[in-house]
Amino acid sequence: MALVFTADQDQFRDSIQRFLSDQMPTSRVRQLMATDHGLDNQLWRQTSTELALTGIHIPEHLGGAGFGPVELGIALEEMGRALFCGPYLSSAVLSAYALLICADADQQERWLGDVASGERRCSLAVTESAGLWQNDDIQTKATGGGTASSLLNGRKRFVIDGQSADLILVAARADDGIALYMIDGDTNGLTVTALQTMDPTRKMADIELNDAVATKLTHAPDHLLDTLLNVACIALANEMIGGCQRLLDSAVNYTQLRYQFGRSIASFQAIKHRLADLLLDVELSRSAAYQAAQTLADCSDLRTLDEDQRRHLTEHASLAKAAVCETYLQTALETIQLHGGIGFTWENDTHLWFKRAKSSEVLFGTPAEHRERMMTAIESGNRSQENAA
Amino acid sequence: MNQTTTLHAEVTQWLDEHWDPNMDLLNWRSLVADSGWGAPSWPSDYYGKDMSPMEASIVEQAFADYGAVGAAQSGVRMLAALTLLAHGSHDQKQKYLRGILTGEDQWCQLFSEPGSGSDLAGATTRADLRGDEWIINGQKVWNTSAHHAQYGLLLARTDWDAPKHQGLTYFVINMEQPGVEVRQLAQMNGHASFNEVFMTDAVVSRDDLVGEPGGGWKCAMTTLANERRSFDRARDIGARKGRQGKIFRDLEEEFAIANEPYTWYPQRAGRVDLILQRAVATGAIDDPAQRQDIARLHIMAESAKWTGERAKAAAKAGKPQGPEGSLGKLAASNVARLAARVHTAISGNDALLTGANSPMDGVIAEILVSTPAISIAGGTDEIQKNIIAERVMGLPKEPRVDDGPFRDVRRNTSGPTTKA
Ligand SMILES: Cc1cc2nc3c(=O)[nH]c(=O)nc-3n(C[C@H](O)[C@H](O)[C@H](O)COP(=O)(O)OP(=O)(O)OC[C@H]3O[C@@H](n4cnc5c(N)ncnc54)[C@H](O)[C@@H]3O)c2cc1C
Repeated sequence: MALVFTADQDQFRDSIQRFLSDQMPTSRVRQLMATDHGLDNQLWRQTSTELALTGIHIPEHLGGAGFGPVELGIALEEMGRALFCGPYLSSAVLSAYALLICADADQQERWLGDVASGERRCSLAVTESAGLWQNDDIQTKATGGGTASSLLNGRKRFVIDGQSADLILVAARADDGIALYMIDGDTNGLTVTALQTMDPTRKMADIELNDAVATKLTHAPDHLLDTLLNVACIALANEMIGGCQRLLDSAVNYTQLRYQFGRSIASFQAIKHRLADLLLDVELSRSAAYQAAQTLADCSDLRTLDEDQRRHLTEHASLAKAAVCETYLQTALETIQLHGGIGFTWENDTHLWFKRAKSSEVLFGTPAEHRERMMTAIESGNRSQENAA
Repeated sequence: MNQTTTLHAEVTQWLDEHWDPNMDLLNWRSLVADSGWGAPSWPSDYYGKDMSPMEASIVEQAFADYGAVGAAQSGVRMLAALTLLAHGSHDQKQKYLRGILTGEDQWCQLFSEPGSGSDLAGATTRADLRGDEWIINGQKVWNTSAHHAQYGLLLARTDWDAPKHQGLTYFVINMEQPGVEVRQLAQMNGHASFNEVFMTDAVVSRDDLVGEPGGGWKCAMTTLANERRSFDRARDIGARKGRQGKIFRDLEEEFAIANEPYTWYPQRAGRVDLILQRAVATGAIDDPAQRQDIARLHIMAESAKWTGERAKAAAKAGKPQGPEGSLGKLAASNVARLAARVHTAISGNDALLTGANSPMDGVIAEILVSTPAISIAGGTDEIQKNIIAERVMGLPKEPRVDDGPFRDVRRNTSGPTTKA
């Protein structure tokens, strides 16, 4: 595990932090969350070209900066702290990883470079009726085509940034199994319906596919959805940690400034203990998120994971998702509570993070589902050890 | 015939003689108020019948069984009535109680300030006597329904040299005057039921001082004790939908306005009543882990309900209040928080939806963004715990750093006002 960040990594974090505190103050978040797409084109260009954040984890020969999941985790954490609005998780993380795993060289040339540079924005559409990404849940059908073009039919839900995507990667089922299919955002037969949700800082859409023309990505490794879900959880966990820290900072600040009964409320032991408990939760969760990023970094090729690697990755990804999302929500609730009446207002910023925490709790599966998923991974590891002995 | 049936029969007979759904609401409620049946537990001198709480509940039941409309109940009015009954002058009771029962007047509570919430006794809104009038200057905040209210229950400082609890005085302030400005505040759940209230040389007549000068704290405690007791009670001011007659049309109209600040209050309490229905609809009912969570919530909610009933039964029987009477508000917070969790687990991604096709028209999402209020409004959970520990359990008090003349007490230079 990367127990400590290098000086370069710290510097990298500082530069993102400076950029975001300049460009994404909460006044900007509030403006963007009120729009349909939650996206500022110029800011997105700056993020992708000037800071090159969209390609941070993409190999250099494919147009990226050649760093890995740990650096990506740093970027995500800072975005979570600032509540960055824009298709970073959906395009730069989820879709880019999907292309790294499933696209052949030509397809990577065709799409990955643009996604890495932020030129085109891509969304990943997997979820149908369940929270977790599982083969059983995929009813969307792909027919015809071979390698040329396929036709997709079905319905996808909770597609992050689906309403602003230039490209959409769809998980669909054909006779030979589940694979990813690329469609254009303006293709015929695609209907995108923006969802109204309680977290306006993360845009989502439902999509319907009626004979939408698609290109099948060449590689469809076993356990594809499992691997994608692991990547999604690890990315989300690191994003959430940034939000946790932001909330904790504001609770610590506010309780020191606020006087009641002739003293700062932070001087009450009841409050000190609460803040200490929160710090404990946040730091344990941080370790889980960082470890999960490291575990992902240790997987040299996500296309060909062996049993052991896969189990490990699943255990750590689900552990991090379950741990961090509960900490995030708890930290948000406590931060509201510690602010008193002002914490319940629209004017105060706390609710923006509370809502992100709430939506992150159920995104990619509930904490209970991830605890169960983690247990299954641990159990199967245990069994294979026993068999080996 | 026992006492219960006799009383029930007496009320029914009165309703037989008087009830007419084609009257208008105000006329009917005036009749109810003047008859004493609108508030039978109040003194007979003031629109009541000197009855015990037990008898009063029989009267209420008789009205409900008959399908007749009773006295107005909504909002802060009952807190105002109970405080005036306990501390008000004869003239104040004469002047205000009737309008409370008839529904003519709405009330609000002007206690919290930007600089003093939990520490209510730290209020700095000032009242200065000039001739026969008190001149009020200061700001209140989080005042529910102040934008609809004719009268406010005002806590203000009249003595800056006394220790803080002794320098406060309780007033009734007329909200409809030039010196009072009310601004609605938006909440994180999108509603705007509370307000900021700015008072600039607002005027209160000498006759509207409640209790003694410097005795405001005692009056405020009466208001708060009644408010906190009401948290474990579901708000039942529902218009009786589908009933015929002018009274019911009036009632629905009144309800639409008076209830506007309170539409989200059931969601604030967590909507435990929807859990089973949702669990069946989503299939969560078949998931062993979810069943455990639902069961845990059910146990907590039922025990909390029975604790409230135990307290009520003791009060009716005239027994002194035990610890069960102080726990309702805290229990309600715990129930609401757990219910929000269980609702999220049951609905998964769908819990987030607020627009078209959202589960129960967005009610589930509204639960999630409303439950954080319950542990703050009416005194925070932390303050409730302090009260329980110190007053109910008799534990030692926190050493004070805020005694001595109020002038010298350290406080916020500016409160967390939302004004830009
Ligand atoms: C929905 C809603 C409706 C309301 N309606 C009204 C109304 O109609 N009229 C009205 O006057 N007010 C109303 N209020 C205000 C409410 O009573 C106050 O918000 C509440 O008492 C807390 O005060 P505060 O907001 O100043 O928070 P603070 O007192 O500043 O509290 C901040 C945090 O410090 C904690 N704290 C404070 N003192 C201590 C201590 N000694 N030990 C441990 N922790 C402590 C609190 O528990 C809280 O977590 C309403 C509030 C809400 C949310």
